[in-house]
Amino acid sequence: MMYDFFVDLFGSSTLAGIISGLIQAFLPLFTFILPFALFAVWLERKVSAHMQDRLGPMRVGWHGWKQTIADILKLIQKEDIVAKDNDKLLFNIAPVLTFAGSYAAFAAIPFSGYFIGTELDLGVFYIVAVTGLVVAGILMAGWASNNKYSLLGSMRSVAQIVSYEIPTMLVLLSLVMISGTMSLHTLSEMQTGYIWNWFILGGPGFTLSKFLLIPLMFTGFLIIYISTLAEVNRTPFDIPEAESELVSGYHTEYSGMKFAMFFLAEYANMFAVSAIVAAVFFGGYQSPFGYLGNLVGAEWLIPVEQFFWFTAKGLFFVFVQMWLRWTLPRLRVDQLMTTSWKYLIPIAFVNLILIGLITLL
Amino acid sequence: MSQDLTKNTKVSSQSSKIRTEEMILNMGPQHPSTHGVLRLELGLEGEIVTKVIPHIGYLHRCFEKHCEAMTYPQVVPYTDRMDYLASMGNEFGYAVAMEKLLGIEVPQRVEYIRVIMAELQRIASHLVALGTYGADIGAFTPFLFCFIDREKILHLFEITCGARLLYNYIWVGGLSHDIHPDFVRKTREFIKEFRPNLKEINDLLTHNRIFIDRTANVGVLPIETAINFGVSGPNLRGSGMKWDIRRDDPYSVYSKLDFDIPVGKGTYGTTGDSWDRYFVRVLEMEESCKIIEQALDQLPEGDVTSAIPKRIKPNVGHVYGRVENPRGELGYFIVSDGSTSPYRVKVRPPSFVTLQIMDEICKGYMVADVVTILGSLDIVLGEIDR
Repeated sequence: MMYDFFVDLFGSSTLAGIISGLIQAFLPLFTFILPFALFAVWLERKVSAHMQDRLGPMRVGWHGWKQTIADILKLIQKEDIVAKDNDKLLFNIAPVLTFAGSYAAFAAIPFSGYFIGTELDLGVFYIVAVTGLVVAGILMAGWASNNKYSLLGSMRSVAQIVSYEIPTMLVLLSLVMISGTMSLHTLSEMQTGYIWNWFILGGPGFTLSKFLLIPLMFTGFLIIYISTLAEVNRTPFDIPEAESELVSGYHTEYSGMKFAMFFLAEYANMFAVSAIVAAVFFGGYQSPFGYLGNLVGAEWLIPVEQFFWFTAKGLFFVFVQMWLRWTLPRLRVDQLMTTSWKYLIPIAFVNLILIGLITLL
Repeated sequence: MSQDLTKNTKVSSQSSKIRTEEMILNMGPQHPSTHGVLRLELGLEGEIVTKVIPHIGYLHRCFEKHCEAMTYPQVVPYTDRMDYLASMGNEFGYAVAMEKLLGIEVPQRVEYIRVIMAELQRIASHLVALGTYGADIGAFTPFLFCFIDREKILHLFEITCGARLLYNYIWVGGLSHDIHPDFVRKTREFIKEFRPNLKEINDLLTHNRIFIDRTANVGVLPIETAINFGVSGPNLRGSGMKWDIRRDDPYSVYSKLDFDIPVGKGTYGTTGDSWDRYFVRVLEMEESCKIIEQALDQLPEGDVTSAIPKRIKPNVGHVYGRVENPRGELGYFIVSDGSTSPYRVKVRPPSFVTLQIMDEICKGYMVADVVTILGSLDIVLGEIDR
């Protein structure tokens, strides 16, 4: 639609293709990721403040809602410092790469049945793979900073993300086994109807296997939630940026807009992983009670409702991440590895095998 | 467990014939968890610590030399600035030493008020220790919970002497002025509010599984090492030694008050680990509440300034006076040459002694554990550097 419009406007299909492609690429950034990150930072500060008997930002706007906008404006204006001994090329690429990794994941996230960046058949696989770029960015940042704290932080981060991708992948694989699809859109479509069709409650249909699946699904959910926490470096797994040990880990040396990109990537990532959890276990964009649009006979209302439900579910898990962050202490590096390799991965494997057996029933 | 890690690293690095070298990491003086301006020089083998060399002196203010140029009462405000989290205790120690040197008997009311102040200060100081320890481990919320309660204590001090941190309240022979009429009521209210809050902090942090995993069996300080190095206070008691100057060498009116000396029992790990040292402080706050309640009940009437000497000019001689500060044994060795100024004031700061064991108990643990251990020792750099 947009493409045709630009072809009419410019009379050149190449130019129209480029421009409409660019617009499509930037659309989610400006319509969702940026507003979300601003909102999430504000929410984080408010959640932490209220958990700690404080008020948090109150001065700029109603309950300080404009505070993060002001912060971002300040970060944009700041001097871009590159220290003398930094590896300039890697130092400059790293934040972009990190941000690109988490940004690209949004392409395959189904916000509603009608609003998906790209409907990939390999959606699950694509998201896990593309967020792997973040690892490269973090490692680059740590190495290029030429700072011992940054290096330690990035080394820890890489070890952590790589180890926790395995349980995440195993759980997603079990979902793929049940549903027979890797497309997040199809996965969400399968969970249509009411709350008992969600995969956390055994998936659609009323068969014996559904009830057998329920405990396994809860285990799977716990595993994937814990490992996604580790993948996005949130407490209790915020070891890469443990401020009491490593100052702030891999982004110690960054300032201004480059720092903001790491920051943005972190919050975008928080939503991305929450969205995956919501999409595979909690019905994706499906409403738990049926649609108002169907009730009143207004078809156009359904996508809006779906978008609302998906964002609400995603935000709920983001909120839980914040809740955990302000409650729990932080694990140590070796304990972190123990959690993954000695507990999560074996349990995830057993879970996978049991789910496979049930699927054969 | 961590000791084994060291061995494994060494074995693997030899067997694979990869040339590895020790990394020197400077932790501080500008670091979020060195509790002030302390620089730790860490030798690292991967993330395993092979040596810890503390570099101190960033806060040196020539306290001891400066004392020689001042008259005896003028020293009091400078003692505040040593252990700035326990200023009342510092003044108390100086007053105890000076009164021993001068042979002054102070009124009972003064002694009780001093004890109440010192114990309130102990609670305030331990609250900072607990809060920052939580923050070191990564839990930030208990930090603010602790500071809310500490703020109430600082308010009590503020209505007493107008200052929140550096009081100049306990003078040689008495107090600068009497307590505020509301003080007794407000202190009782505080203690009533504080007990449930302490329980909340315990629920949130002390018995948290991750917190236990991080602190139990980490930085074990065997009782022999502790005694050999001269460690005192909660760090010594955490290792299981029931030693408290308030009980073993009673000063002021502590002998009339009933309280327990909590010691580390190795509840979740080895006796003398970081968790034990932490938990001793939690229990001590409870004991301090008991002491304050008793002291408030027994508080006699009287004048608090009657025994303050007009001019302090002790005979030639020397004295060692010590008190149990929140961080351990705080001692003042004062030499008098018969003039109005001290010939020499030597302070035995508990944190300085405690810091020496860092190298001893950090070896073989990881970088994250250095932070844990340093936090559990609860040092104050103002006192170490003086």
